[in-house]
Amino acid sequence: MEKFGFKLSKPRVIDFDRNDKSVAEFIHANEPSFRLCIECGGCSATCTAGNFIPFSLRELHILLKRGETEKVKDNIEKCMLCGKCSLVCPRGVNTRNIIELAKRAFKIPELHAV
Amino acid sequence: MMAGNVVVVGGGVAGMEVAGQLARSGCMVTLIEKESFTGGHVREWHHLFPDRRNSREVTDYLDRQIDHDNITLMAGTTIARMEYGKKVFTVDTDNGTSLSADAVVVATGFDLFRSERKEEYGYGIYDNVITSADLEAMFRNGAIKRTDGTTPEKIGIVHCVGSRDEKAGNIYCSKLCCITAVKQAMELKEHISDAKVYCFYMDMRMGGALYEETYRESQEKYGINFIRGKVSEVGETIDHKLIVKVEDTLVGRPLRMELDMIVLMAGMEMSKGGVKMAQIFGLKTGENRFFAAADHHYGSNASNVEALFLAGSCTAPMNITETISHARAAAAEVINYLRKAER
Ligand SMILES: Cc1cc2nc3c(=O)[nH]c(=O)nc-3n(C[C@H](O)[C@H](O)[C@H](O)COP(=O)(O)OP(=O)(O)OC[C@H]3O[C@@H](n4cnc5c(N)ncnc54)[C@H](O)[C@@H]3O)c2cc1C
Ligand code: SF4
Ligand code: SF4
Ligand code: SF4
Repeated sequence: MEKFGFKLSKPRVIDFDRNDKSVAEFIHANEPSFRLCIECGGCSATCTAGNFIPFSLRELHILLKRGETEKVKDNIEKCMLCGKCSLVCPRGVNTRNIIELAKRAFKIPELHAV
Repeated sequence: MMAGNVVVVGGGVAGMEVAGQLARSGCMVTLIEKESFTGGHVREWHHLFPDRRNSREVTDYLDRQIDHDNITLMAGTTIARMEYGKKVFTVDTDNGTSLSADAVVVATGFDLFRSERKEEYGYGIYDNVITSADLEAMFRNGAIKRTDGTTPEKIGIVHCVGSRDEKAGNIYCSKLCCITAVKQAMELKEHISDAKVYCFYMDMRMGGALYEETYRESQEKYGINFIRGKVSEVGETIDHKLIVKVEDTLVGRPLRMELDMIVLMAGMEMSKGGVKMAQIFGLKTGENRFFAAADHHYGSNASNVEALFLAGSCTAPMNITETISHARAAAAEVINYLRKAER
């Protein structure tokens, strides 16, 4: 029986300064249109995958930028690379390439990706 | 030729443009400015949005506008008393001059929101919390430094300081601080190329000519970062770094970040000089405390007082382009009025 509920729970706060933003930097360097995202959610609304399962490209974008990469790594595989998102993006973000680059970045150990 | 004596109160962009236009139409104009110099706030700015020109080009234009035989400039004074009768104002300045005028234009501009009123942001408490106006002064001096002389590498820009904030007593939007933030963010990057700049915003209000384009450019060419969330508090660490408390509303979680410098986008408020004129002339003000124009659509220069017209940012936050247009419209209204009232 557990008497004392001591356990370490990760704080909810985004620790921006300590978070590792190397994946986002890798994407920035190879696909500058990543900077242009204004988080409108158009891509997520039209997403083929997102209509069936919990998956938002907009959310993945912001999590990458904040260095919250754990969730992205698991989630990004849900994308089917259909490219519909890039058809609706008002800022001309090359969304498909960003997904490809993120996947690639997760495989590069020097990026200290999770 | 139509003639008339017009007193213009306030020698900023609006007052100077009105004076210049009226003088060229044959009116005799007295321009009254409380400071010893004309130009108003624009004299304090360095480079201007949307095209990043030097503000000197605009003030030089305004100086040429008021360089006219029909204009008498009275600087360093304001209006102390006023009487109106038989369609003539008798206006006394506080240095003892008495003027008679067929029409008056009030162009008393705005005051910058005093950021110390938003105590939780630490202006006047922490060393490296400055305002947008302070940053313009730094740009003019050519150096962006912390108080200890070091160069800031991580800079936060806080939008909506004293605007859109019931707690500050102002529920309106100051309209041009979003674009000022974006402009200043890019200029910071030009001064300190490896700096990281973060804008904390509630909404990006980019509703002016070239604003959205500038916003896009700031992302594309300068890598400015935008975080959606209202900064609730600023703190300081032992080693004099600033900490912001904010929710990253697009992630839906609180965010913690240390910064070397914070720039507050102070809003625009009705000026004290304007409040004084409201009392003297019996002018109506709106809920936002700026002068209330007679009609929102077709009477934005007319006031509730006969023969008294309004020009520029004393009626609402405005950029220079809008101020000049509004001032020209005020001059046209005055000319129409004088023509109709032709004695
Ligand atoms: C931080 C900041 C940056 C900005 N940058 C830009 C920019 O880059 N581009 C742009 O287009 N716009 C910019 N603006 C807006 C610009 O400053 C205004 O559009 C402009 O100053 C409005 O001119 P005005 O004559 O209405 O008011 P003001 O500039 O406020 O001038 C009013 C004048 O009236 C005088 N006065 C007041 N009361 C009295 C009185 N009772 N008697 C006599 N005189 C009086 C004042 O001393 C002042 O000289 C900026 C604003 C801010 C806050
Ligand atoms: S490419 Fe991926 S993210 Fe884009 S719409 Fe298709 S499934 Fe969704
Ligand atoms: S549609 Fe484009 S701008 Fe909108 S969230 Fe998606 S990538 Fe960003
Ligand atoms: S222009 Fe932008 S920063 Fe200024 S009050 Fe409006 S929303 Fe806030």
